[in-house]
Amino acid sequence: MNQASFGIPVSLFASVTIDWHGFFFLLFAAIACISALMVVLSDNVVRMALHLVLSLGATAGLFFLAGAEFLGAMQLMIYVGGTLVLLVFGVMLTAQTQLVSLRTPAGDRVIASILAAALLAVLVQAAFSIESWQKPGQGMVSAPTATPLGMALVGVRVDQHAEEGLLEPKGGYLLPFEIVSVHLLVVLIGAAYLARAKRRRVPRPVDLVASVDSVEPTFSGNSDTTVSGGSE
Amino acid sequence: MIFALLGVASVSHYLVVGAILFSCGVVCMAVKRNALGVLMGIELVLNGANLNFVAFGSNYLAADGRSPLGLDGEVVALFVILLAAAEAAVALAITLNFYNNHATVDVDRADDLHG
Repeated sequence: MNQASFGIPVSLFASVTIDWHGFFFLLFAAIACISALMVVLSDNVVRMALHLVLSLGATAGLFFLAGAEFLGAMQLMIYVGGTLVLLVFGVMLTAQTQLVSLRTPAGDRVIASILAAALLAVLVQAAFSIESWQKPGQGMVSAPTATPLGMALVGVRVDQHAEEGLLEPKGGYLLPFEIVSVHLLVVLIGAAYLARAKRRRVPRPVDLVASVDSVEPTFSGNSDTTVSGGSE
Repeated sequence: MIFALLGVASVSHYLVVGAILFSCGVVCMAVKRNALGVLMGIELVLNGANLNFVAFGSNYLAADGRSPLGLDGEVVALFVILLAAAEAAVALAITLNFYNNHATVDVDRADDLHG
């Protein structure tokens, strides 16, 4: 450790050529992986949401570094800006004190960790199994991808015209685009139908619990839930 | 040691990051008792897969400067992002409905159809 900590500033001044691409790759990869681990290890659902935001944002940074700048922007706008806000709203709508942190049994955690380590070992071994994947990239600066992506979605592959003869021309994505758009419409209607406020004759269990809570402020947790953050 | 790592950003390293995200997501889906935690695990899994698609489709990372997948990887990743948004909307609606009916989001309590 000492050698490394002495080595960095010396070589910083000796050779100014720092590989910024590698540096930012390591930074974003570390943020993404550590945040993903924190999502797993945290019991508090609010903290899980926060760490998930960090992890997905760092993934967007990795997309930018891979030259997929339009996809990185979409990741930030749709995922971080849309999906996660939706999740956070879900957390807020269901944030009762005893539901904020549901503790996982330790035995489940151990078994899941062993299985995940095995899965990770297989995946990492597979990732380093092909030789051409291990070579660092040439660093070819590619053209902006927004226009080719948009044209591919309406069925015209402009990226194939530029490299004619290298690959067989592939079709566009007009049909998947239509399917996804209809699917999104169906999802919109379905989500609105499922989450609509229903008129009820009998009071909801939520209202019963809320009224019990308001009458009796001390919460008596049952055996499998844990109370956290008791300050009210 | 650190500078030995700095020179690299190859497809393999993207795959490793994707594998870590995927494994975390699988564990999250398996062990979380909060339904929203399970949803977050699904998001992590989809992101790990997306990272692999982008890495394989990136010309920047390809060893010969031209990836075999090309733009297709990014298009698939874009579809995955869109479908993840749709899935989150429906799953959240189901979770809220479950919460309204059972006053909990504990997935272990969702055993009404238990035989």
